[in-house]
Amino acid sequence: MNKIAEKAVALLQEGHTLVLGYEEGDRAPRPFFCRQAEEAQHLVLDERCTANLAVYLTKPELMGKGRVAVFAITSSLRAIAQLTAENQLQLENLTILTLTAEQEIKTFATLEEIRSYLSEVPYELSDTEKALDEKLSAMTREERWKYWINEFSRCIKCYACRAACPMCYCTRCITEVNRPQWISPWPSPLPNMEWQINRVMHLVGRCIGCGACGRACPVGIPVDYLSKKMLQDLSEEFGYVPGQAMQDGNALSTFKPDDKENFIH
Amino acid sequence: MEKPNIYLPYLMKIAKITEEAPGVKTFQLHFQDPEAEKAFTFKAGQFGEYSDFGEGESTFCIASSPTRKGYIECTFRAAGRVTSGLASLEEGQTMGFRGPFGNTFPMDEWKGKNLVFVAGGIALPPMRCVICNALDTRENFKDITIVYGAKSVDDLVYKDELKEWGERPDVNLVATVDPGGETPDWKGEIGFVPTVLEKAAPSPENTIAIVCGPPIMIKFTFPVLEKLGFKDENIYTTLENRMKCGVGKCGRCNVGKLYVCKDGPVFTKAQLRDIPAEEY
Amino acid sequence: MEKRYISKEGLSRWFKALLAGGKRVYAPVRNNDKVDFKPVRSLDEVADDYVQTTQSAKSTVFPRAEVLFSYQKENGITTLNDFDPATVPETVVWKIHPCDAVGFIPLSQIFNEGYEDILYKTHLEKTTLVSFSCSHADSFCFCTSVQGGPGETTGSDIQLTSLPDGGALVEILTPKGEALVQLSAESFEAPKEDEDKAQYLADVPIYFQLDEIRNKLKDAFNSDIWKKQSERCLGCGACAFVCPTCACFDIQENPKGSQGQRIRCWDSCGFSLFTQHTSGHNPRAVQSQRWRQRILHKFSYMPDRINIFGCTGCGRCSRACPVDMNIREHLTSLVK
Repeated sequence: MNKIAEKAVALLQEGHTLVLGYEEGDRAPRPFFCRQAEEAQHLVLDERCTANLAVYLTKPELMGKGRVAVFAITSSLRAIAQLTAENQLQLENLTILTLTAEQEIKTFATLEEIRSYLSEVPYELSDTEKALDEKLSAMTREERWKYWINEFSRCIKCYACRAACPMCYCTRCITEVNRPQWISPWPSPLPNMEWQINRVMHLVGRCIGCGACGRACPVGIPVDYLSKKMLQDLSEEFGYVPGQAMQDGNALSTFKPDDKENFIH
Repeated sequence: MEKPNIYLPYLMKIAKITEEAPGVKTFQLHFQDPEAEKAFTFKAGQFGEYSDFGEGESTFCIASSPTRKGYIECTFRAAGRVTSGLASLEEGQTMGFRGPFGNTFPMDEWKGKNLVFVAGGIALPPMRCVICNALDTRENFKDITIVYGAKSVDDLVYKDELKEWGERPDVNLVATVDPGGETPDWKGEIGFVPTVLEKAAPSPENTIAIVCGPPIMIKFTFPVLEKLGFKDENIYTTLENRMKCGVGKCGRCNVGKLYVCKDGPVFTKAQLRDIPAEEY
Repeated sequence: MEKRYISKEGLSRWFKALLAGGKRVYAPVRNNDKVDFKPVRSLDEVADDYVQTTQSAKSTVFPRAEVLFSYQKENGITTLNDFDPATVPETVVWKIHPCDAVGFIPLSQIFNEGYEDILYKTHLEKTTLVSFSCSHADSFCFCTSVQGGPGETTGSDIQLTSLPDGGALVEILTPKGEALVQLSAESFEAPKEDEDKAQYLADVPIYFQLDEIRNKLKDAFNSDIWKKQSERCLGCGACAFVCPTCACFDIQENPKGSQGQRIRCWDSCGFSLFTQHTSGHNPRAVQSQRWRQRILHKFSYMPDRINIFGCTGCGRCSRACPVDMNIREHLTSLVK
């Protein structure tokens, strides 16, 4: 058994009812709910693990009543930090572990410890993401509009983007409100774009840039780019770093009388 | 009249609106097309999809009896988008109707038997259809007992009919309200429907029981009927799943290998044994 | 069934003839690493060197969004404009796999059972399916476990088997297929007696016995396997939407002032709101119940009700799933 599996067995013996991690999948490791010691041998944790497990931490029917341990990759740590800041997680009931760059298992006890660890891990775009950013930034507004309308003509409104996002935990999503019907239930290019714009706006100051939404999209629309672009703007305007506390409160939900209003003409 | 497009509603004029209870209305509907009106038939137990054009469709039973020609009636509570839209319509305005859908109460098989109707709250509408049908063909049936209750006196629906039924010598009406729901001049029973049913103790001998109500009422009524000796094949109820198409295609009401909109909504308690209970 | 041979040049001529007749031709088109059905204007646009398209071709007969009728309200009078079958174009679906063509059969059963769905019926009547047998498969494919195969012709109007010379063996299976052939009859040559289709077919191992699955499912309703299998399921609609046989739909209103449309669009039993009553009561409130419904519906309820399974082994759901819910794996583990 690898050291992850050994640790999982120990955690279960200590009384954890669930160890959330990854097991081998068809193309890449997939989420795995380890509840018995015999299952621990399936656990893996390496750079091929990309799914954001934090999405399961806010589902009470999966977490149950006992103590839960989670093997978190960096993006999951960011999500856990943000969810804790939003009062969605009680860290006292969670054992959060990660595998450091030195292949050591590290356990976190507090939000400060997670944030301190994350401050050493830079948030960066991948090369493909940088290439897409360059390509889109070089376009005119009209060209960019055409690009996105074309992309969103392929969207089938499966909501995999929403389902995969750890921050989309609302028990009643805006898509489920029908008075008024904010989000069109059927796919159509402009309403599909409206849905994504809405999602980005609901993620301002909350998105931690894990890219789960883009990976989840079955038709390959780079929806994560939109939120990552928003993160760039937040970084420039508000000094936002995913997973870290915002200096003066959450960007979109905090108001101060002396906020700049120079964008109002 | 067969419509080539099963999703296209008949246009209906709202002829009469009755305020039954807080939030509950009955609409009397006339077909705008006289040919459609002439050709339209249905049987007790069937339902329709009622449209408020601009909001959508909602599923209600046809609450009037097929013995009454020239109109159909539906009773609903304003609870969501479509029902709130319908509730804001006025007499003379137009709405839509698709139907009749679903199976029926086998009233032919009940000839010569006693009938016991048990209903609660807003679940009286599906029963009203079959009660009126039975009363319009009264000679076909032996004793008729109706046990009906609601949260409070105000919440009783079809207040005029209840009075009518109560005054008939050939009907035994037991009306009840939940404890605390009575008014000073309430002359009926006070108690939950299953309790009142047990007290009324109708005999299972040559009797069909028809039960409609919210899941919680059914849950407590079935054991009472069992205790009284009713066989599962002689207990009828209607299921109410979320529906959209009404014609067994959209998948929403699929429970086990049945579609509630096609194989139901009328089921006997015996048939329900084959359907996973947690799915409705 | 009639056999023919068509050369590479013949294929090109025939394809042009299909387009010239004014038909809408849908074919697999590559977009980065995804291949999907799109209207095409030339054979060059058609993708090759892929195992499976992301989505099925069901949108040609069961569109993602479709207007059932439209209404106008003016001066107290409401008028309805019905669906007009004449507005549905003649369509050819080019180069679908046998698993997709077979998928049209359960779809048709659902829409034809009992009440006839005129929209579906019109679309199907005007659609011709030209399938290509499969020379490649991957680990997600399991057609041979569900009564199908890489060279299965059921459901197709014409089936082609690509040959190394760029041509193809042709099987004309229905009158619709024959009508399509007649658009360029001279492109078709006598069958090649020495060519055997079987040698060009992919090898798709059989992973489970369908009867075993069906028997197991008869008593599986209360099993705790559903909870275990569905733990990582996120409850999105990807699997249902890419599936060739999933037909669940929603009916919604599209009001624009005093007029509007009633629209039918795809829905999924995997969504949390699918069975929720207006009262808030939800018979399938947790994902394990919804996952169970998906499997039981396709492999138990459908065969019981209309004598047909709701799965063609195309593997799309498994490929599309963000968390690797592999249906072949789940089914195999049911009978292990």
